Amino acid sequence: MVGDSKGDLPKFGLQLGMEGEELTEQETALYDRQIRVWGLDAQRRLTRASILVSGVNGTTAEFCKNIVLAGVGTLTLVDDREFSEEALSANFLIPPEKSLCDGKTLAELCSDSLKDFNPMVHVSALKGDILSFKEDFFSKFDVVVVSCCNLSVKKLINEKCRSISKRVAFYSVDCRDSCGEIFVDLQSYKYTKKKKLDEAVECELHYPSLEQALAAPWKKLPKKMSKLYFAMRVIEQFEEIENRRPGGISFTDLPAVLKIKKELCEAQSIDEYQVPDDLLERLVSGQGEFPPVCAILGGILGQEVIKAVSSKGEPLKNFFFFDVFNGKGVIEDVSNGNASSNFPITPNLVQHFQLID
Amino acid sequence: MAPKQLSSAKELIRRAKVLMVGAGGIGCELLKTLALSGFEDIHIIDMDTIEVSNLNRQFLFRQSHVGQSKAKVARDAVLRFRPNINITPHHDNVKDPHFNVDFFKQFSVVLNGLDNLDARRHVNRLCLAAEVPLVESGTTGFLGQVTVHVKGKTECYECQPKPAPKKYPVCTITSTPSKFIHCIVWAKELLFAKLFGDKTQDNDLNVHSSDTSSSSENLEDVFERKKDEDIEDYGRRIFDHVFGYNIEMALSNEDTWKNRDRPRPIYSKDTLPGKSIKHNGNISKNGSTDDTPSLSAMTSLGMRSPQDVWSLMENSKVFIEALKLFFTRREKDIGSLTFDKDDQLAVEFVTAAANIRASSFGIPLHSLFEAKGMAGNIVHAVATTNAVIAGLIVIEAIKVLQNETENYRMTYCLEYPNRNMLLMPVEPYEPNKSCYVCSKTPLSLEINTHRSKLRDFVEKIVKAKLGMHSPIIMHGSALLYEVGDDLEEDMVANYAANLEKVLYELPSQVSGGTTLTVEDMQQELVCSVNIKHRDEFDEEKEPDGMVLEGWSQPPPEEKKEANHTVSNAGTSISGGPVSKSSEVVEIITVEEELEAAPPKKRKLTTIIDRGAASPGGYSSIPNDTDNRGKVQVVDDDDEEDMVMLDGAPGVFDGDSDTSKKRKLV
Ligand SMILES: [Zn+2]
Repeated sequence: MVGDSKGDLPKFGLQLGMEGEELTEQETALYDRQIRVWGLDAQRRLTRASILVSGVNGTTAEFCKNIVLAGVGTLTLVDDREFSEEALSANFLIPPEKSLCDGKTLAELCSDSLKDFNPMVHVSALKGDILSFKEDFFSKFDVVVVSCCNLSVKKLINEKCRSISKRVAFYSVDCRDSCGEIFVDLQSYKYTKKKKLDEAVECELHYPSLEQALAAPWKKLPKKMSKLYFAMRVIEQFEEIENRRPGGISFTDLPAVLKIKKELCEAQSIDEYQVPDDLLERLVSGQGEFPPVCAILGGILGQEVIKAVSSKGEPLKNFFFFDVFNGKGVIEDVSNGNASSNFPITPNLVQHFQLID
Repeated sequence: MAPKQLSSAKELIRRAKVLMVGAGGIGCELLKTLALSGFEDIHIIDMDTIEVSNLNRQFLFRQSHVGQSKAKVARDAVLRFRPNINITPHHDNVKDPHFNVDFFKQFSVVLNGLDNLDARRHVNRLCLAAEVPLVESGTTGFLGQVTVHVKGKTECYECQPKPAPKKYPVCTITSTPSKFIHCIVWAKELLFAKLFGDKTQDNDLNVHSSDTSSSSENLEDVFERKKDEDIEDYGRRIFDHVFGYNIEMALSNEDTWKNRDRPRPIYSKDTLPGKSIKHNGNISKNGSTDDTPSLSAMTSLGMRSPQDVWSLMENSKVFIEALKLFFTRREKDIGSLTFDKDDQLAVEFVTAAANIRASSFGIPLHSLFEAKGMAGNIVHAVATTNAVIAGLIVIEAIKVLQNETENYRMTYCLEYPNRNMLLMPVEPYEPNKSCYVCSKTPLSLEINTHRSKLRDFVEKIVKAKLGMHSPIIMHGSALLYEVGDDLEEDMVANYAANLEKVLYELPSQVSGGTTLTVEDMQQELVCSVNIKHRDEFDEEKEPDGMVLEGWSQPPPEEKKEANHTVSNAGTSISGGPVSKSSEVVEIITVEEELEAAPPKKRKLTTIIDRGAASPGGYSSIPNDTDNRGKVQVVDDDDEEDMVMLDGAPGVFDGDSDTSKKRKLV
């Protein structure tokens, strides 16, 4: 007699948007407000997307929350570290005490919390070293997000994503004290750009890899380039040379960092004032992630991933910076005509906004 | 924040006592970020309970919490990862009198995550009176903004004009709809209210009728179900009356259709199969328990997708079925219903009625999903924007604690980069010297003192425009009106009598040249209103029959047409049935949620409007060349970019002193 089952949300997987299938009533009810923002098509594509996140911290926790709420298909977390006070500091997905953590890895702890946020998303944790995973592992995902790792690891994962025949979008994100950086590699990306009213144009963007982007000579970058770009490269270089874990840097390292800055500026023939000492000082002496910046980076990154997965909207290309001190959230394109010897100019790269039709 | 001060802020943060108003989309994100950032004493006020459609972004809530207090559940959820902090929930309306100035004074800073203009204004006034800094915020889709309001240092929330509720002339709604939203307003405010709402309320459902003699006396009967009348017969009779007869009546008024397409009357016999056999089976499908929210005509009819646009026949079936279900299954609600977007049956009825009316007038039909958005003032919302905005609120809150006045910023979160920026900080404006709220500047009111009653003044000016809830009105030392629980009986009678008097005949005569003092005790706001007598008012342009000056007028509606086709997914009709005395139907648009940028930042306003105007979310990108003439870039080389935003002096009241250029830092 009573055939109403509205109260129960279906478990993940089974009824989710298979090719061409309508969203269920429950999904429509749950996602009502966001479908009003990005449309039904985008929501269907989202429910089919697989996302990999390597490195759990305050920033990626924010990102994971956002895409789980948005209703992606699956989310896989990789991070074998165990509970620490530091890991807890900006991460709301980790229980507040070690005794509650049951010997679980950070990935497992976060996965447990995230499952609760949206029963329609399949969230899981995977054990293992991200570097040991082969291409066929990465090919299972549409999006790979990395954090808490050194430059060389980022580059390696980026290259693995690039070597797969289907497009696997690659993002890296880091919050250092009151500053943050996002890098995006969508390889070759087509999207529909809406012009006034009914007009729409097909656009194609070509992204350089992280390696290619970072090879762009500093001297050829726009004069107005965010100073954070350079400062982050200096810190990155220091951590790489000193073999520090990401963020494993403190005020006492400042002299060595300033020395690297000087060398880099000389090698790249740019003025040293482009990389202000006080900015570097802030980055080295900061106390980990600043939660408001995590929220901002996780929000922007979430939005970018949603765009890329749903092929809707113009994605950012290819760096995003935020600094609490000036309050700006800036996009920088480090690729456009920034030629270098190992980054040959192709017509597409120069004219990065190639219009088809 | 100046360098190195982040860590020194720790102690300030730990000792701060903050008040959050709103535990919704922004509120959940904000509470989480505050807790993570080291805040240890947080109060939250929110009167709402949790709904299913909140769960996609209000991540502290779960399916099992539906129906519970947002403030309380949010507190419990955050204590799970930060167990040692103090969070005090208030499941209450922020306008409740016990949240008075003294209550506000205990806080270091107030953070707003609200969804309506009225509450925002109220909190603004309390913060001004209590001299507590306010960080205000709003989001719509991918757009958002955060502003800082500190008494005497930056503008208050009401220094700049706020978009006014959208108004449609009654005749557009009752006789000459040209857009789907007009049909929605008609279905919801008039037809739904007439059939299921308070019968004693005036209703303009038939005002268009040219044949006044035939309509007025038997009108009351038409909508009343006759004794023992079969429910389907009744439904078809209503159908034929509102979609058939009323349209025929309107058509008979030839003048109306000289320059318009003539509507087509629709009768139930043309759109519905012959009277259906009693299908009891269908009705029982909805269950025998009193499960109001899930009662559904769509379910009865086997229709599934809220995204489908129904045919005229399907709409007609839903119309009859929904009406039947109301009368057979929810009889006790009839007479007291007001439209509620979470009432499935009400949404179905309004969708069907609006679509049938749209068919008559040759207006494209819409799905239930779309109609619900329009009828329910549904704000487009995503978690990501709320998260970003919450981060920005906390950053400004910390600056406020550090008293870094020169570093306060208002920040816009944009959908498309503007000069490479997705997050764009702008220096806050100084207080507007002619603001009646924070600068106590007297207002002036043109009014016909021989015709307008005190009641008109109270309703249309004091409540609607000045946003006061418990006003006291004085002429010199003579009390003309006051609201309160502890009034003497004879005073109550006295005030009630005053309300019905025209201003000129009040015990203490009000005429041209009189200054009235209007005060709200709770908001601790006092306004002087200089009365100017005027005989005539333009009915179309000045429907209130009075004109208030000194009160920031909203900017004129720019691209009306464009805005209305799509953006109305976020449009709502202000609550309450339309009374006969009001000449317009008020519509509050989604832009109310995201306060439009002040006039000096016209370009930003445009950007924000564009985004809001596109529920699909992806409209064109304003680039630097678009901004030519509006935004100037000053290249001062080494230092940070400066962006100059041209002022628009003289266009808006009280804005002439703010034409100076603004630095974008
Ligand atoms: Zn003001």
